[in-house]
Amino acid sequence: MITVGMDLGTQRVQVVILKDGCIVARSWAFSGFDPTKAAEQAVDEAVKQSNLKLSDVNHFAATGSAIDMAPYAYSKVSMMSADAKAGVFLVPKARTIIDIGAEEARAVKCDEKGIMVDFVVNERCAAGAGAFIEAMARALEMKMEDMGPLALKAERASPINASCVIFGESDVVSLIHRQESKPEIARAVYDAMADRVSSMIHRLGINPEVVLVGGVAKDPGFIASLNRKLGLTVVIPEYPEYVGALGAALIAATRVKEGKK
Amino acid sequence: MSKPKGKEFWRWQEYHRIMPGKKWSSKDIITAGVDVGSVGSKAAIMVNGEAYSWGITRTGSNSPESANKALDYALEDTGLKVSDLKYIVGTGYGRVNVPMANKAITEIACHAKGANYIWGPTVRTVLDVGGQDIKAIRIDETGRVVSFLMNDKCAAGTGRGMEVFADLLQIPIEQIGEISLKVEKEPEPVSCTCVAFAKTEAMGLLRKGWSREKVLAAYTRAMAVRMANLINRVGLEKELVVTGGQSKNIGIVSRIEAILGVKTLPMPNWRDEGSLDPMVAGALGAASLAKALYEKAQKR
Repeated sequence: MITVGMDLGTQRVQVVILKDGCIVARSWAFSGFDPTKAAEQAVDEAVKQSNLKLSDVNHFAATGSAIDMAPYAYSKVSMMSADAKAGVFLVPKARTIIDIGAEEARAVKCDEKGIMVDFVVNERCAAGAGAFIEAMARALEMKMEDMGPLALKAERASPINASCVIFGESDVVSLIHRQESKPEIARAVYDAMADRVSSMIHRLGINPEVVLVGGVAKDPGFIASLNRKLGLTVVIPEYPEYVGALGAALIAATRVKEGKK
Repeated sequence: MSKPKGKEFWRWQEYHRIMPGKKWSSKDIITAGVDVGSVGSKAAIMVNGEAYSWGITRTGSNSPESANKALDYALEDTGLKVSDLKYIVGTGYGRVNVPMANKAITEIACHAKGANYIWGPTVRTVLDVGGQDIKAIRIDETGRVVSFLMNDKCAAGTGRGMEVFADLLQIPIEQIGEISLKVEKEPEPVSCTCVAFAKTEAMGLLRKGWSREKVLAAYTRAMAVRMANLINRVGLEKELVVTGGQSKNIGIVSRIEAILGVKTLPMPNWRDEGSLDPMVAGALGAASLAKALYEKAQKR
């Protein structure tokens, strides 16, 4: 059985192809102005990778903030259900899954079967999402990928009270003018964001294991700050940015088994 | 970070004014208030507790310099020197960095006093919308603070947030209020007020065919809802006034009135010579408190 999961995010579209419970292909594309086209491209590429044909696919499932723009005949999967399903698939002991994307952060509590029990979302404020890191990297005039490793070099964090992207930008600029070290500024940025995320998770209650997924899970600077803040070591699966798409593909497979279209 | 050259829509007018017909002599008690905000620095001079002159300038990266600049601007063409000032109170977010001040007082106390000076003893609720925070202040008939609430962790609705909007929609900031009212029907407020996200969301709405006026109306509405909530939480008691830079945004003020179902006291039209300016309320309050502090010190 072959299922395709499509995760249409604000910045990127991710696609996972699942064949009899195994991941056979992953691909992504920038969402851009036309997420439908981006998803088609990503699916095409994944199909090629797996040496399959589009007609082999038994079921398409879509998730993500631009879910309504998904191509093909698809069924919908909520982002929280996808996180829960894929989180437990990848890390069987996972009970809390934190998913941080470009514009949204959520934490999902789930049971041993990967069924979502409870969740919290931060979607109305850029300070708790990847957009914050992106904006601060811009203010520091460096690539986002370089900011994490740089922050790890700092022994302490610069004094910063950035809890808003707009104010954060000017805070960072004035810290640069005061000639604070860049690693310490970078660490302050991650600490501020980890504060935000941790207060969100605490509303939900933390159940180990805690798994971190989404694009921000690839940022070592943020991971270090979050671990310090939570006082534990979060587990990060391989390819954390594909978790939404994987969850959709897994749920698609159960839907096929249960005979739903 | 430097912006590419082009029109700076966020740039608001820096100006200074001497109240017409007012004179000073060396026998008078001349005091000053210097309000160094995150976006604007304001200095006001009072003669015997009456507004005499003021200057408004943009805050730079250096607070003491901005304080000096604002005070020099207020003193311009008055014949006064800093040494003529009997007492100076510093206020605003940069108040500890006002080098010439005799004392620093919180901007909350100063805005309360300043609102009392501008509108008189009937004011009970002051909404101060500054560059980086929003405060709802309850005051008594003497202009003393009874209680207050503030929002200081989010740019939505602040002056800084509005500057970003002016640039984004390419509308001069001083027209942003009027233009936001040029809609046939008030649109629903946007659900997400985050200024960082607004950069992409507003573009999306424009692409969908919304007019700039409609986009601005939807955002202004959402900001006004936030401010009205803050006022309700501190407890609205009449009369209501708005101070700070955003008091000049008619789009915000009229929407707050509509949401709360009360009229604010008439806003002075700052463009008229001889009119007070609610943006200087904090500096005026500081100068007024400076006079009281000077008199107290003399009695000792």
